[in-house]
Amino acid sequence: MAEPALSIRGLTKVYGNGFQALKGIDLDVAEGDFFALLGPNGAGKSTTLGVVCSLVQKSAGRVSIFGIDIDRDFARAKYHLGVVPQEFNFNQFEKVLDIVLAQAGYYGMSRREALPRAEQLLRDLSLWDKRNGSARMLSGGMKRRLMIARALMHRPKLLILDEPTAGVDIELRRSMWEYMRRINREEGTTIILTTHYLEEAESLCRNVAIINHGEIIRSTSVRELLTELDTETFLLDLAHPVEAAPEVEGFEVSRVEPSQLAVVVHRGQRLNDVFSALGEQGIQVVSMRNRANRLEEMFVSMVEGDQGAIDRHEEVRA
Amino acid sequence: MNPRQIAIALWTLVLKEIKRFTRIWPQTLLPPSITMTMYFIIFGNLIGSRIGEMDGYTYMDFIVPGLIMMAVITNSYSNVASSFFSNKFQRSVEEMMVSPMPNWVILAGFVLGGMTRGLGVGVIVTLVSLFFTRLSVAHPLLTVLVVVLTAALFAIGGFINALLGKKFDDISIVPTFILTPLTYLGGVFYSISLLPDLWQGVSMLNPILYMVNVFRYGFLGVSDIPVGWALAAILAFIVVLFGIALWMLEHGKGIRS
Repeated sequence: MAEPALSIRGLTKVYGNGFQALKGIDLDVAEGDFFALLGPNGAGKSTTLGVVCSLVQKSAGRVSIFGIDIDRDFARAKYHLGVVPQEFNFNQFEKVLDIVLAQAGYYGMSRREALPRAEQLLRDLSLWDKRNGSARMLSGGMKRRLMIARALMHRPKLLILDEPTAGVDIELRRSMWEYMRRINREEGTTIILTTHYLEEAESLCRNVAIINHGEIIRSTSVRELLTELDTETFLLDLAHPVEAAPEVEGFEVSRVEPSQLAVVVHRGQRLNDVFSALGEQGIQVVSMRNRANRLEEMFVSMVEGDQGAIDRHEEVRA
Repeated sequence: MNPRQIAIALWTLVLKEIKRFTRIWPQTLLPPSITMTMYFIIFGNLIGSRIGEMDGYTYMDFIVPGLIMMAVITNSYSNVASSFFSNKFQRSVEEMMVSPMPNWVILAGFVLGGMTRGLGVGVIVTLVSLFFTRLSVAHPLLTVLVVVLTAALFAIGGFINALLGKKFDDISIVPTFILTPLTYLGGVFYSISLLPDLWQGVSMLNPILYMVNVFRYGFLGVSDIPVGWALAAILAFIVVLFGIALWMLEHGKGIRS
């Protein structure tokens, strides 16, 4: 059986101030997977990834990257690892090309070997024209793409992306998704992603782990998780405004705006019944969408019950 | 990493450091040249002519080695302190931490970068001094050896300062309140034989005195203190500080949470 790309056992992190960020988590990510690590702010996502990338020192537990225990041979494990952090972490005064070439050099790649690779990645990520410019002149989206190019220079088998599309506009986000799908599909790169855009996780990832208060509360496939979703809320845009929310037997309907209704649909119920009932009352629906992303609804339901869940819900909304 | 990869990684770091300080040459290379020129004009030419001889040499000849050494010390130290701290501040140190580069390569890369700037400025100051005096070197090999070792020692010191620093103020405290006074009191401008016995004894506790004196011995062939002892002391300091810096890196002091 192939070694998992990432295997974590009993990972614990207690910071100097006594705060226990990770409480003995176990996690496996299979080779070739596109995996999401989700959780509210402060849940332990970045600490987990920080340990894997050697930016955070663990207090206890074991971490293996493609079967290589980081306590035994971290240097060898690091060859397989590419990291795109949440915050910009390059020298803003350096040239774009110098940044990616220096990273290749840190992995022992000669300049002759690194130059074609840099050109390919910078072209793929639409940064080649900016190669001789200072990194501080790049837009936020370009800086994020620069960090992706930098992380891929040494052809890692495992790419860790910590909120890679935070603050990126929709069009660019979609193109970055497509690029990530491509390297996962065509090059077989295992990708682990943390994100606050749950639509992103649902769209890209096959498997997901949800972490809360330093514990993994669920690790499964996105598909399986979504089948467990008991309730979805749909927003219906109406052709004409209504005075009040109409009665629809068996459904909870509320008026969001004069021309918009919210309908809560439980598992096993059929939306057709809603449309029929509205049609009988002379209400015409022109369009429909989920109030929240489906994974987001699931996510919220899983962390519900914890103190402050509502606040966190606000934070994870796209 | 195999030896070839280590060599590439080390060269990458050194080259990056050289590019950094040459890119901002008006901040790194020009100011020490101007300051030292002022010292040569004011202390060497104007005041020096009234002072007369020091240890049997003209005052200008006496202060040139000390001023070169002062430039090397200050620039080696401040290059590493400011560069590594900037890397911490901008979090670009993470680029190195996530890579398979051994910690000693990271340390050596920054130290060699700092030494390059320190020695580069030393060469500039030496060239400037040629406008004011005819420089002769009594012991060339010793001169080169001691200036290289001193540059290494203070570059390592700058690295430790940057590791410990939490804000930009922290990397200017040591140069301002420790290095500068020790340098001025390290026999750059005077022979400690001019001091009363008590202060001569106190001066012997100043490590910079040993470096300046051995360097001056390399140029002029005169020294206030035994050359062998001074070299041994510099080497011992280098070994100890390198060990401390490496231990701090291995344990993530100042860079890992």
